[in-house]
Amino acid sequence: MFVYADNAATMPLSPAALSAMRPFLEENYGNASSIYSVARDARRALEDARRTIAGALGAAPEEIYFTAGGTEADNWALVGACEAKRNQGGQGGQRDRGGRGAQDGRHMIVSAIEHHAVLHTAQHLQKQGFELTVLPVDKLGRVAASQVQEALRPDTVLVSCMTANNEVGTIQPIEEIGRLCHASGVWFHTDAVQAIGHIPLDLSSLPVDMLSLSGHKFGGPKGIGALFLRRGVRLPPLLHGGGHERGLRSGTENVAGAVGMAAALRESTLGMAEDIRRTSAMRDRLIAALSAIPYAFLTGDPENRLPGNASFVFACVEGESLVLNLDMAGVCASSGSACSSGSLDPSHVLLALGLPHEVAHGSLRLTISGDTTPEQVDYLISQVIAAVARGRAMSPLWDAAAQKPIQ
Amino acid sequence: MYTDKVMDHFANPRNVGEVADANAVGQVGNPKCGDIMKMTMRIVDEVIEDVKFKTFGCGAAVATSSMATELVKGKSITEALMLSNKAVAEALDGLPPVKMHCSVLAEEAIKSAIADYYRRQGIDPTPIVGCDADCAHCH
Repeated sequence: MFVYADNAATMPLSPAALSAMRPFLEENYGNASSIYSVARDARRALEDARRTIAGALGAAPEEIYFTAGGTEADNWALVGACEAKRNQGGQGGQRDRGGRGAQDGRHMIVSAIEHHAVLHTAQHLQKQGFELTVLPVDKLGRVAASQVQEALRPDTVLVSCMTANNEVGTIQPIEEIGRLCHASGVWFHTDAVQAIGHIPLDLSSLPVDMLSLSGHKFGGPKGIGALFLRRGVRLPPLLHGGGHERGLRSGTENVAGAVGMAAALRESTLGMAEDIRRTSAMRDRLIAALSAIPYAFLTGDPENRLPGNASFVFACVEGESLVLNLDMAGVCASSGSACSSGSLDPSHVLLALGLPHEVAHGSLRLTISGDTTPEQVDYLISQVIAAVARGRAMSPLWDAAAQKPIQ
Repeated sequence: MYTDKVMDHFANPRNVGEVADANAVGQVGNPKCGDIMKMTMRIVDEVIEDVKFKTFGCGAAVATSSMATELVKGKSITEALMLSNKAVAEALDGLPPVKMHCSVLAEEAIKSAIADYYRRQGIDPTPIVGCDADCAHCH
């Protein structure tokens, strides 16, 4: 049996997305910025896609800017906010608040479990002279809104906190955090790459100024994403050139990509309620069965959790070995172990949860989707149990007789 | 990223377990770093008659342990001490650069076991093995 259980890494292209894209790869190949008819068709399709995406998110079409993906959107949000506020005063550019003069923005707040697209961009900006506060999370991976409040300063430019975490699936209190930011006049960005298409988000009521999304995380193609910029949030251009995307993100439009992403988002939005019900029931079965393995621990928040995410640490086995063993059994999964990341440290997310290094090395992430079948869940359970047993049988840290770690 | 040989030694590791009547035991690595290798040997007349390993670690850690045991089994101590990490990696048709430290660990595990053998005989292993092979200090 083959089971793809790495849907947080990427998802297969949905048939609806593929058929929506096909005409724009085969017939309507026109440059959407040209004026003849094949180009006009492409332009119309691009703007339809923008409207579809905006509609699904509760945004206005002119608030959606296409990018090459989630990483680009994150980079743009952070770099753009810092550049926009550097010489305009912090606190969202408001002047004379409480009698104070405007302060130049030079401070940024991000959570410790952000994706590297945010974290490394923030560290890059720190090297450019911006001050960075990295907020800790609790053992379930939650950012406390009260900590955001304490970290806000008069010169804070931006707070960035992901909607849901890619490794452990914890859903963050972004509404609460956004409200605090707005009360202080600070821009709030959320990396919603793992959330869009999977859990409901309504930007007409959420206090979010910028939001990043990525097409291939919900059945769209790779190489396309978007940044939502709320009306009034003005960032400098990300890429200079022919003035595409309202002059902010130049580069010939990826029409097929945008059309495919829109079709995938429409489909996942329509089926979301059913998908959440189905997927989270299977996820809970996975969690119950695999948590029963001795010295196995669920990572992330058991309650506020992405519907498809089941992530664990298993004592005395190493994560990359688990992934390779599962691969031999036809299962695609992932790990945040050091060995799978190519560095000596295990995932920054698992360490931020307070897991000791030696435990974090034994991580395994299974991310299922609405297309996963109950039979595949059964197979996942049996194969993970077997892979953990195999790893432990050859582990010098595991006492096979007593079925516990050697002290 | 892994060669077929690495995958073969990962999927079908040679000499897994512990030698029952071992007279040489070495354990190197650190759980904090994500890899630990334990080698047990039975050495008779300066020849490694049997060797087995247990490893906590990634695919490369398992494969280098397996290959290292193959390369020293039946060899004299002198020959085993000449085994370099490069030779282990080459025998596996190469390792990704970030995994080269696994081959270092395999070499150290062999040395650590042989050092233990000498210590059990009341012989200071340092001049023979090259370091005290207590690799926990190095990692």
